[in-house]
Amino acid sequence: MRVGLVCPYSLDVPGGVQNHVKDLAEALIALGHEVSVLAPSEDEGDLPAYVVSAGRAIPVPYNGSVARVSFGPVVAARVRRWLRAGEFDVLHIHEPATPSIAVLALWAAEGPIVATFHTSQVRSRAMSASATVLRPSLEKITGRIAVSEYARDTLVQHIGGEPVVIPNGVYVDRYAQASPRPGWRGEGGTLAFVGRIDEPRKGFPLLLEAFATITEVHSGVRLLVVGGGDIDRARKSLPADLRSQVFFLGRVSDEQKACALKTADIYVAPNTGGESFGIVLVEGMAAGAAVLASSLPAFRQVLGGGRYGVLFEAGSASDLATHALALLADEARRKALARAAGPAARRYDWSVLAGQVVEVYETVIGTERSGVR
Amino acid sequence: MMTWVYLVTAIAVLLVLGLWLSWTANRLDRMHHRIDVARASLETQLLHRSGTTLELATSGALDPARSLLLLDCAHYARAAAADAFEPAESDLSEALRAVFADAEEVVTLKQDAGVGELLVELAGDCRKVVLSRRFHNDVVVSARALRSRRRVRWLRLTGRAAVIGTVDLDDAPPEGLAAD
Repeated sequence: MRVGLVCPYSLDVPGGVQNHVKDLAEALIALGHEVSVLAPSEDEGDLPAYVVSAGRAIPVPYNGSVARVSFGPVVAARVRRWLRAGEFDVLHIHEPATPSIAVLALWAAEGPIVATFHTSQVRSRAMSASATVLRPSLEKITGRIAVSEYARDTLVQHIGGEPVVIPNGVYVDRYAQASPRPGWRGEGGTLAFVGRIDEPRKGFPLLLEAFATITEVHSGVRLLVVGGGDIDRARKSLPADLRSQVFFLGRVSDEQKACALKTADIYVAPNTGGESFGIVLVEGMAAGAAVLASSLPAFRQVLGGGRYGVLFEAGSASDLATHALALLADEARRKALARAAGPAARRYDWSVLAGQVVEVYETVIGTERSGVR
Repeated sequence: MMTWVYLVTAIAVLLVLGLWLSWTANRLDRMHHRIDVARASLETQLLHRSGTTLELATSGALDPARSLLLLDCAHYARAAAADAFEPAESDLSEALRAVFADAEEVVTLKQDAGVGELLVELAGDCRKVVLSRRFHNDVVVSARALRSRRRVRWLRLTGRAAVIGTVDLDDAPPEGLAAD
């Protein structure tokens, strides 16, 4: 099958949508499909072979933050050229409701079109006005995919339709086969946290509160912190006796993140809300760490209600500490959880999810043999 | 006899002093009034600019990507709270510059029967925003200078008039539009 993927945001900048598109493209190629990705890019020489540049991205204010996108008459002409040259069987557009090449491609194309919606937060007032401008384009979409239940709700509320949910995938083997770093290990056990440290809903302050209790009872425990934010300030705010026990790795590559999760005995997800899908839990499960997560609905679902990890009361530092201490003291239980979680993580492997996406393609193409025009 | 002279002089001095102070208070009052007028004018121009932007965005003359961006920023600017309008209006200026970056295309668009007029109107709106903001800030700066005088502060001639600030936002118009 010849698939055309459109990514609205610049591939040079890391981001959820960009990573999703790259991972999906690679998974589709691995399944034997021909894939071309159209995306804005600064540096055309540095792109994977399957990517076609739509031109330079410019930063514009959109939906309360800054998006790096490209548009304009020259870019629109490039989009049309790419569509014609590609002779795609199906066109798959990501985040089509953005002022970018995504909506330009939708505008220019006819035929079997699939769209994936990533965002779960939109400013509703602007969105309902945008619907008027967008409707003629959005009507062309046959298959709608949402990456989470939250994104699905947003989509149904503002645009309507019956989207299917296909979550973000994980390359499970990258985590399962990562090698642990003995230097990062704590002598009394290792906890890992992944997420921005200065975003309160990721729960880092809550974890620190619990960690103080944990180290009182169980000495020599180390906390590995993976994620960006103001590390100097975070380190200064720690009590002096904890400073040597908390190890900030900062923003690291996916490989190093995998190593950190592989090194950890327990992966803690203390998020207090706003998490639409617990992709990061799947990474922990795949790496073989015992997962300890707050009891948010999305986390509960990924952990099979507690079969593949331990849930604690969301927002409660004392409950977090109690469960962490119990897990630290019980190696057999940690092993049993990891054994159950490994196969469960496979459900979110890109090879499985790309198969689901292909099923959507096949349904959308149906009997239409003319391809994308 | 001498006492009389002193008394009359004292009364005269007090009278002059009183007149001078009341004149200062009057000046201040007029200045505050001019600030109110200038502020209202600036707000009207900003509303007019976002209104024209909305009209352009929904006219169908631009591709959906640019229409969407303009709609979003114009809505955001109009809906912004009183203490958040500066970043929102700056975002709109930035979006307008990004959308009308291609000067040659703007020339072609201006000849279009449907949107040509709207574009000319928008260009005017952008220029008027620049002007009205400059005038507003000019009055604010002179009012602040007067308010910082000792006699004004010590005798509280300002009364209960609120502290006034300049309006700081990015109002640089798109180059393609500005060239008329």
